Amino acid sequence: MKSQTYAYYPGCTLHSSAKEYDISARMVCEKLGIRLQELESWACCGASSAHNASQLLSVALPARELQAAEQAGLPLAVACAMCFSRLKYAAHELTDKTRLAQMSQILGKEFHNTTEVIHLLQVIKNVSDKIPLKRPLKGLKVACYYGCLLVRPREIVNFDDDENPQIMDRLIDALGAEAIEWDFKVSCCGASLPLSRHDIVLKLSNRILSQAKQLGADCVAVACPMCHSNLDAYQKEIEAEYKNRLDLPILYFTQLIGLALDFSPKQLHLGKHFTDPLPMLRGKGLI
Amino acid sequence: MRLDTIVPSPQSELRTFVEKQSGQNVLDCYQCGKCSAGCPADYAMDLGPRQIMRAIQLGLKKEVLGSSTIWLCISCETCSARCPAKIEIARVMESLRWLAAAEKSKPAEKNIETFHRVFLSVVERFGRVHELSLAALYNLFSKHLFANIRLMPGMVRRGKIAILPPIVKGASELKNIFHRVKAFEEK
Repeated sequence: MKSQTYAYYPGCTLHSSAKEYDISARMVCEKLGIRLQELESWACCGASSAHNASQLLSVALPARELQAAEQAGLPLAVACAMCFSRLKYAAHELTDKTRLAQMSQILGKEFHNTTEVIHLLQVIKNVSDKIPLKRPLKGLKVACYYGCLLVRPREIVNFDDDENPQIMDRLIDALGAEAIEWDFKVSCCGASLPLSRHDIVLKLSNRILSQAKQLGADCVAVACPMCHSNLDAYQKEIEAEYKNRLDLPILYFTQLIGLALDFSPKQLHLGKHFTDPLPMLRGKGLI
Repeated sequence: MRLDTIVPSPQSELRTFVEKQSGQNVLDCYQCGKCSAGCPADYAMDLGPRQIMRAIQLGLKKEVLGSSTIWLCISCETCSARCPAKIEIARVMESLRWLAAAEKSKPAEKNIETFHRVFLSVVERFGRVHELSLAALYNLFSKHLFANIRLMPGMVRRGKIAILPPIVKGASELKNIFHRVKAFEEK
């Protein structure tokens, strides 16, 4: 298989609370002949907060990473949906020549804004017909949850349809699993509000989880560490608040691909989730 | 508040700021309400997104900057995606937060403003987010000392919390970017 190389921007959470996303993404990509070359001294893109405080800062922080990838001469593969959105937005804003010149001054480096930003879902979709399936995920019903920032604003992120995206659904189907049709794939989970307005996160995430459960999903697949944390880590609280039995595992799409490639649950860190997916996977005969 | 009975001012400081900073034409809004209908946080806001758009048209600065709306907007961009007049309402909301910061107006949702401030101070200091510092500082500054404490044991057990802050090679470079941005903004 011809190897493809990308500069890789994991984002802050992938080195801490979303380690399992980072680990599974690297393993899966390596197996699929995709080389992820982590940017050596990457820093935060500003994520949930820079754009709420200062327009200039919200472009400057991602621009630093775009510049680093430009210097490496590689397209930039991004794991987190929020980082993806901030990097795409900055690249879009800097198509204005005056602003680009100002940004080179702020970065203190020459910068031409030529970096192509691509999300891991797109990277892997490009080789989805070549996934060497070892363990097809037969009988597994998956609700693919995209959240907000992968798909909106459509003109800037240029990812997929913004009301009914299909990239992850088709990828899950290619693994032998069944992606279900549902209404909440692009509805907000409450994003960065869990510390400040916990109640909103519980309410919004409950809507998402409840419908996935009602429609018979065995798990929810995600491509964003923030969505994962809201849907997984807060699930017990959601169950208590809304007296709603959910017990719905939330898995990174890379973990599902990893399972189909026959990596073990331990290698994929499936035990790191708050809602344990192992009993469900055992019940389906998948581990 | 009956926003529909107030006569619009032909030009206002508020509208000029918003249009310049967000690049959106606020007068294109014809009050269809699609933004409010699709907004996931509308139920918790004192003024819905549609009312905020109208209030900007009317130049009601105090009402707009004092609303919970500008803080409860999660930037999910659903309103922007669905607006038939193609106004990026999420960008408008963002510009209102910048104005609130510039004017040091008292935020209706203090904790959300605190979260963003603490988040950026952690990034400026360490170069990356350190979740433990973020949570601890947030609890301290919001005076909710035990907020989210219940999740902690589970996070630690699963190795999901780094105890020590990250060591980032580019951290000092990032501090310089923060400084230069501030210098540009003060110009």
